[in-house]
Amino acid sequence: MKLNLKIWRQKNSAVTGRLVDYQLDDVSPDSSFLEMLDLLNEQLVSEGEEPVAFDHDCREGICGTCSLNINGIPHGPQKATTTCQLHMRHFEDGETIVIEPFRAKPFPVISDLIIDRSAFEGITQAGGFITARTGSAPDGNSIAVRKNIAEKAMDAASCIGCGACVAACKNASAMLYVGAKVSHLNLLPQGAAEKDRRVLSMVWQMDRAGFGNCTNYGECSAVCPKEIPLDVIAKMNRDYAVATVKNIFTQAM
Amino acid sequence: MNPFLQLLRSSLGKKYLMALSGFVLAGFVLGHMAGNAQIFLPPEYINAYGHKLQSLPGVVLWGIRLFLLLCVVVHICVAVLLTIENRLARPDRYEKEATVEATISSRAMPYTGLILLFFIIFHLLHYTVRSIYDYSNLPYNLHGETVHDIYTMMYLGFSHWWVSIFYIAVMGLLCLHLTHGVSSMFQTMGWRNEKWRAILDKAAAAYGWVVFLGFVSIPVAVLLTEHAGIALLDKEHVEATLALAKSLTLNQ
Amino acid sequence: MNLRPRIPSGPLANKWDNHKFRIKLVNPANRRKYRVIVVGSGLAGGSAAASLGELGYNVLCFCYQDSPRRAHSIAAQGGINASKNYQNDGDSDYRLFYDTIKGGDYRSREANVYRLAQLSGNIIDQCVAQGVPFAREYGGLLANRSFGGAQVSRTFYARGQTGQQLLLGAYNALSRQIGLGQVKMYNRHEMLDLVLVNGHAKGIVTRNLVTGQIESWSADAVILATGGYSNVFFLSTNAAGCNVTAAFRAYKQGAGFANPCYTQIHPTCIPQAGDHQSKLTLMSESLRNDGRVWVPKDAGDCQKEPREIAEEDRDYYLERKYPSFGNLAPRDISSRSAKEACDDGRGVGPGGQGVYLDFSDAISRLGRSTIEERYGNLFEMYERITGENAYDRPMRIYPALHYTMGGLWVDYNLQSTIPGCFVLGEANFSDHGANRLGASALMQGLADGYFIIPYTLANYLAETGAGAPSTDGREFKDVEAGVKARIDRLLSANGKRSARSFHMELGKIVWEYCGMARNAAGLQKGLELIPSLREEFWSDLRVTGQGEELNMELERAGRVADFLEFGELMMRDALDRDESCGGHFREEHQTKEGEAVRDDENFTNVSVWEYKGEKAPPVKHTEDLHFEDVSPSVRSYK
Repeated sequence: MKLNLKIWRQKNSAVTGRLVDYQLDDVSPDSSFLEMLDLLNEQLVSEGEEPVAFDHDCREGICGTCSLNINGIPHGPQKATTTCQLHMRHFEDGETIVIEPFRAKPFPVISDLIIDRSAFEGITQAGGFITARTGSAPDGNSIAVRKNIAEKAMDAASCIGCGACVAACKNASAMLYVGAKVSHLNLLPQGAAEKDRRVLSMVWQMDRAGFGNCTNYGECSAVCPKEIPLDVIAKMNRDYAVATVKNIFTQAM
Repeated sequence: MNPFLQLLRSSLGKKYLMALSGFVLAGFVLGHMAGNAQIFLPPEYINAYGHKLQSLPGVVLWGIRLFLLLCVVVHICVAVLLTIENRLARPDRYEKEATVEATISSRAMPYTGLILLFFIIFHLLHYTVRSIYDYSNLPYNLHGETVHDIYTMMYLGFSHWWVSIFYIAVMGLLCLHLTHGVSSMFQTMGWRNEKWRAILDKAAAAYGWVVFLGFVSIPVAVLLTEHAGIALLDKEHVEATLALAKSLTLNQ
Repeated sequence: MNLRPRIPSGPLANKWDNHKFRIKLVNPANRRKYRVIVVGSGLAGGSAAASLGELGYNVLCFCYQDSPRRAHSIAAQGGINASKNYQNDGDSDYRLFYDTIKGGDYRSREANVYRLAQLSGNIIDQCVAQGVPFAREYGGLLANRSFGGAQVSRTFYARGQTGQQLLLGAYNALSRQIGLGQVKMYNRHEMLDLVLVNGHAKGIVTRNLVTGQIESWSADAVILATGGYSNVFFLSTNAAGCNVTAAFRAYKQGAGFANPCYTQIHPTCIPQAGDHQSKLTLMSESLRNDGRVWVPKDAGDCQKEPREIAEEDRDYYLERKYPSFGNLAPRDISSRSAKEACDDGRGVGPGGQGVYLDFSDAISRLGRSTIEERYGNLFEMYERITGENAYDRPMRIYPALHYTMGGLWVDYNLQSTIPGCFVLGEANFSDHGANRLGASALMQGLADGYFIIPYTLANYLAETGAGAPSTDGREFKDVEAGVKARIDRLLSANGKRSARSFHMELGKIVWEYCGMARNAAGLQKGLELIPSLREEFWSDLRVTGQGEELNMELERAGRVADFLEFGELMMRDALDRDESCGGHFREEHQTKEGEAVRDDENFTNVSVWEYKGEKAPPVKHTEDLHFEDVSPSVRSYK
């Protein structure tokens, strides 16, 4: 198939970028979106031009490295699919495809389509863990976890940290990401001891990083390649309220 | 940090304020609508109800008014603050934007909100301050006591077709605002989960529609009575009050 | 080359305990005086960095990805083994040890493998405490499933995303240490060389992948947890960025490289669709629990719709050949059987390179919802890639390169032949012998990182004393200059071809001559082809852009350059190991039925290669393997 591509080119974070047009012929409909970009880059390199920089790694939809806003939608038009798993058979021959980096103030562009998502790292560092010193754990079966709770925690834990939720949100809010992490750890009995402390610290760090606020658009969950439900945000909101109230009367932190 | 201060500074704290002030206002709107619906009863009911409210002790009346005003102010200020933060979080727009899931009601919140603000000012000037039309001289005899004839005031107010059209349109926006707002409130306060999400969303939409239909029924009824000859309201009472008012004015 | 394995004395079951007691400790107050470099942030590196940070060491951790959470451990699907015996089906440390050593075709160290089995239970406990959402039964206790190469149910899992969940557990623990300032994390940094000071590993040289800056880092010890080298095949199930550079640089600095020819081909991958393909996608082997593998009996049926092929015309070849293990036969055996069927002209799908994995029996036995619950995400993944629905039509699968058992040689302490350079996880050679069983890579990575290195590293540190050298020293400057010269050489090659095209060509050569089945003639051919490809690489390579900026072409070129040398080493080892064992199948050594034939007399050993410079061929050393508790038998899964 033939494609017209409009791709965001930006040498580095210091300069402004723009969309550049490229033509690509002979794209196999069975190739993935990133394989299509590989083909473009091979073409560019053979012409002595600099290839388009984009993030990718596992190419099987689990590492969360790939990003790309494709025709206005993070990870493109297919539901529950990362860019690396998006296949060209979902596009028309001769179609024009606009490819941009994920955009948000806390996700500055590094080069072309590559963005810096380290703001997410800070949020995890602030409280996205259960403190369990290596070697201090009791027997695995000494902590019973109800099956439905384990399933719900797993639903939340399947987040791959790609940042599509932030990219899709008109407010660049990170609440789905943070909500997923909070829900995963706060749902489990193992995480109960740090529950309040966790949600307070993570939300505080999220705010500090400059993410926007949730206005309940639901775009985040709709584009999430792992279909993390909006309930994780409700859960975070609930836990934050409870933690705050506790914090007013006792020392929750 | 002081937990109160931290709450107010946090994104979620602001969201709680938005939800809670919205909750009060949404509740007020329903009560207001129920009160107004008494217009479909004989004039005595709504006039008595109005009189009762008006004769509340000053502290209570102004307490309620100021509390509502506070909610409006908080709701607006926090909305403005949140919107500014949201714009700052996304300084560069996409060259190509697409929307997958967000409803019109959710995306239009700032705009419906802004229009509602202007409406509230107009509405207060119209019926509370009464500076758009003069409704000061509408006497009604309530069990021997002369009180303000709210029934007639409402009828007269909506008999101007442009006022009615404006009200109906704004009530449509209010319906949109409430549909998203009420559903959001449950989300923001964390009062829902996957089992209740769909039900609460429907309830929020139903709430919006009830409020819309309830409010809109009044101007529609006035217009039908006044201009289409379908007597849904007591036009004779209105004419009698106006005649009485005229004679009182002449007597002075 | 000193290949003393330092296996502790005493009975097998007591070796580790004895060793832990005998080795030296660093007292808590002194730990902050030591600096440790960890390269790689997957299960092994992440868990090591987190645990060492927790102990109080100053840790510097490096990864090439933009976050430690993206390491390729995340892609492991099926599960992690542990000898908990929660199922009451006769499991024990000894059985897990026995299965692993037998699965490895008696080419691994007894003591290492036994320790791995002993630690397996602790790993589960640790991960549960960290909040890994393992599958549960209704009673709230942990669920298990069975996995290839075992007759007990000992695999713990979190849907089809076990690797992801275990990695996130380690990542969370690591993040905590980063937040506390105990670990300094350097994302988007690629290690380009190892620095030795007085024969001890004391630092590394990295390239900042965003700015292109070359930097030196010094420490008291260096831990490499940089994964395997499957990507030498270009098409593999590894992430695009996985590479051999760190391990290969260490090899060039004097670390012995053990058994590079031991590569594992995973039997259940999605077949290749065309030349555009950049990677192969694995589907968890757990699919074989309920799926039945077959091809048409008659080559003429291959083009037919699978449903139209009658039951009696299907060849369920694994069930036929290995009645007791059936579809759960170990990976190497399953893979080779698939290749045999396809070589026989009975393969299905594009190019005849595929076999069916059929769930229709399981769906009628257990119901679609059960299958959906177990493998739903895998079925979705299959449909996303192939556009086919596997509930209605059998999946097509084909083996693909997946894991490498070979790696840097390490002793019982996980220390390479370079003192102070420790190697963990897939990057070392230690526990899987010639073939790895399913659900044991995660186990090994975490055992190394959580429960072995914290002890054995302390022993080394206590012996040497604290004091990381300055990076201004001559040793650092020399290595740094070498790294820069190499980058300049790549940038100035000025040819026409992209690094990727060389990588693809190399991949075709190694897959052809050093893939599922190997023979002397093919390997010799490969050994001629690779050097000439390498020559062409250096004369006709084109790398666009500059060194002092983000430059993905340059990154790739550097990795491909190392693969071009490493591929030759791998083939050399494959040629040298004149026997069939595990993943290394030499066509010259097989039974009439096509089973691998080992040569225990000459090859019950580890081949360790020593680098002798660009001009001279590497020299092979061997470490003999001693079997005291088990006696090597013919690995039969019939």
